[in-house]
Amino acid sequence: MTKSKWAVNKDLFISFLRTGLLGYGGGPSTIPLVHKEVVHQYKWMDDQEFGNVLALGNSLPGPIMTKMAGYIGYRIGGFSGMIGALIAAVLPTVLLMVALISFLVSFRDSSIVQGMTQAIAPVVGVLLFMLAFNFFRNSIKGLGLPIAISLSVVSIIVYVVLNWHPVLLIGALIIYALTTKPKKKEA
Amino acid sequence: MDLWYLFLAFFIPGIVGYGGGPAIIPLIEIEVVQRYEFMTRQEFGEVLAMGNALPGPIATKMAGYIGFEVAGVLGSLVALAATVIPTLVAMILLLNLLNKFKDSPKVKRMTALIRPTIAVLLAVLAYQFFETSYFDAGIVHTIILVVLSFVFLERLNIHPALVIVGALAYGAIFLS
Repeated sequence: MTKSKWAVNKDLFISFLRTGLLGYGGGPSTIPLVHKEVVHQYKWMDDQEFGNVLALGNSLPGPIMTKMAGYIGYRIGGFSGMIGALIAAVLPTVLLMVALISFLVSFRDSSIVQGMTQAIAPVVGVLLFMLAFNFFRNSIKGLGLPIAISLSVVSIIVYVVLNWHPVLLIGALIIYALTTKPKKKEA
Repeated sequence: MDLWYLFLAFFIPGIVGYGGGPAIIPLIEIEVVQRYEFMTRQEFGEVLAMGNALPGPIATKMAGYIGFEVAGVLGSLVALAATVIPTLVAMILLLNLLNKFKDSPKVKRMTALIRPTIAVLLAVLAYQFFETSYFDAGIVHTIILVVLSFVFLERLNIHPALVIVGALAYGAIFLS
């Protein structure tokens, strides 16, 4: 049974509202939460498509959360889905910020708030690590162990040792894949 | 005129800043504090600290708030639009192109080839969060929270939302 457009847009709105309100540590901390909603909860995309969204999102400048919300909203619910997902991702926290600014001045230094914020980082770390593991396991299925490991090692060298920007490697891989002939095994 | 300056102040960091919202904050500071002098460095620091106490993407919180301070609701909308729209349009155009050819073997191969590199990017990001936690909360709390959240998320399959709420409670009690 396919849901009406309105129902889909409502689901989009709620899922990005949830991720926006739960992501402590800025946009990147919301990536595993968005993955959970989009791939597991509502099954709007499979892991491969979500991987493409992440890869391009990381290759383009600007905040990552709004790129994910805007594109996924557009892809699933059209223009209205995009607007809904963006509003859900952005507006509540902006409103809180404007409304609570005077209250926040005292609130910010409270040790309870600082403790709460600190406790989120390890959880986000675990979520991101699980997502990383999930992508790696899938890439073994797609590419075979030797190629998956070699590409991971190259990625670690480029990102961690050389500290180059991801766009260089992702761009090179995209160009390589699109301009050379696929061997049977890889495709 | 303020609206135009607001637009520029958030448009430029949005299109030259790589690495997500937190990475473009320093670029926003250059525009907001140094170029257009909407606020002092100290005020900017205050707003940033308060933004960090709230959940959600940081770049849009800064844009929405600073826009509102400078030019009211319209200013807020202009700053948000400048932050979000340019890079989102590029994203939609590129991914639509990709989806058009999604059944071609070349695009399938591309999807497969970029997956390990995305895994590594996510792992690096994970490491950064662990590192932050190690410096802020210390090694003992970090290990407790990592083990607990792993068990709840992976073994007991609890929804991340609940685990995050649980961690907030843990932080309020044990880390304050």
